[in-house]
Amino acid sequence: MSLAALATDMSLGARAHRVAAVAAQFADAVDREARFPQEAVSAMKTERLLGLQIPSRLGGEGATTRELAEVCSILGQACAAAAMVFAMHQIKVSSLVEHGAESAWHVDFMRELGARQLLVASATTEGGIGGNLRNSICAIDVDGETCRLTKDSTVISYGAHADAIMITSRAHEKAAPSDQVMTVFRQGQYSLEKTATWDTLGMRGTCSDGFLFKGEAPSVQIFPKPFAEIAAQSMLANSHLLWSGVWFGIAADAVSRAQAFVRAAARKSGGTTPPGTLRLAEATSLLQLLKSNILCGLKTYEDAKADPDQLSSMAFSIAMNNIKLASSETILTIINQAMIVCGIMGYKNGTPYSLGRHLRDAHSAQLMISNDRILSNTSTMLLVQKPDTSLVG
Amino acid sequence: MNETIRELLGKVGGLPVPVAELADDADLYAVGLSSFASVQLMLGLEEAFDIEFPDSLLNRKSFASIAAIEQTLTHILKSKEAA
Repeated sequence: MSLAALATDMSLGARAHRVAAVAAQFADAVDREARFPQEAVSAMKTERLLGLQIPSRLGGEGATTRELAEVCSILGQACAAAAMVFAMHQIKVSSLVEHGAESAWHVDFMRELGARQLLVASATTEGGIGGNLRNSICAIDVDGETCRLTKDSTVISYGAHADAIMITSRAHEKAAPSDQVMTVFRQGQYSLEKTATWDTLGMRGTCSDGFLFKGEAPSVQIFPKPFAEIAAQSMLANSHLLWSGVWFGIAADAVSRAQAFVRAAARKSGGTTPPGTLRLAEATSLLQLLKSNILCGLKTYEDAKADPDQLSSMAFSIAMNNIKLASSETILTIINQAMIVCGIMGYKNGTPYSLGRHLRDAHSAQLMISNDRILSNTSTMLLVQKPDTSLVG
Repeated sequence: MNETIRELLGKVGGLPVPVAELADDADLYAVGLSSFASVQLMLGLEEAFDIEFPDSLLNRKSFASIAAIEQTLTHILKSKEAA
């Protein structure tokens, strides 16, 4: 397709590629300076990607998780931090779409989110509970039509750049740690006092600083459903599938760079293949495996989506957990293979074959919800749940 | 059956409130039943009633309250008799 044709193509793929082009241009600066990928997020707004998932009756496009995962992958090939911001935003929107349809306030908010391209962040982790997002220490104080919340949020990705934050807490002062609700607070309804700086190995542009959150808002902004249901029915699947989409993007770009390296070397040496060529073949095999893993997960989610019982079943949780484990581990192997193919040119920054950023970004995958925590949950469920031994069904 | 469920729940449920104070329809997750404890409860019930929970019943709803557990067990025991 010519550049002029691409510029006017309004298909989702073309829009995502235009954003990716912007994201790629600033990816190294975003990484080096650990700064918010402002240019890429502005491009997402221009291409109206933030409201994709909102149903068409509310002015959105009703995009499916499959379509969103593809956008995550396209962006992930350009700038993993920008792609992860997009993914995390869409995970929050999925909770609005799946669990907010019966609340007038949440419906209005979805309409506005689509119209004004609002960016939504998430505050689920808290000092004192580790990464177990299904427990809270803080409790929301509901006083008639107003609710107040103070939370020691150890991580709020792009919190300082968001237009709204969806935050978890115990449902009331006497509630058990697992009896949680989620509330949407809009910018202006909360203050953030920075308590920790996100200076990390990779995913530096997500700006996942720690904050002391203090908010006050109308109580109607609390989701009418328990957070346990939201976590099981929309967050689990969307998180693991959209994150996997981003991770696939990082790995795919690494393989592309390795292939470009091999081609350039082969051309220069008159057709003799460099020693890393076998590794490239191996990496593409793993990339295909990763793709199958994600596609299988998307199908499992699509099949289960209509049935809340199935979505909250152990079989489904195990399937989604396994997608996450496999994706997060496989990408490291793939990128490492690509690095061996490219050699010192991959190790060095600032070459067309540089893979340092890819490798550093990819290392976050096994930590964002620790794989060990996920394995431990799955192994508990396997005390009663039989493993899935079917091939096709 | 109700008694056996309550006894097991007291033993493995790890709930912050005494089981005797729970109504049959009280939401066990809201009271604080963790997913780990719910699996322990399932294992205890399988042992006590000599049954196996089919995959289709291994979801949140089947174990959401004492009444729901009774219903789930009754369903399994009935289909076991029929078999």
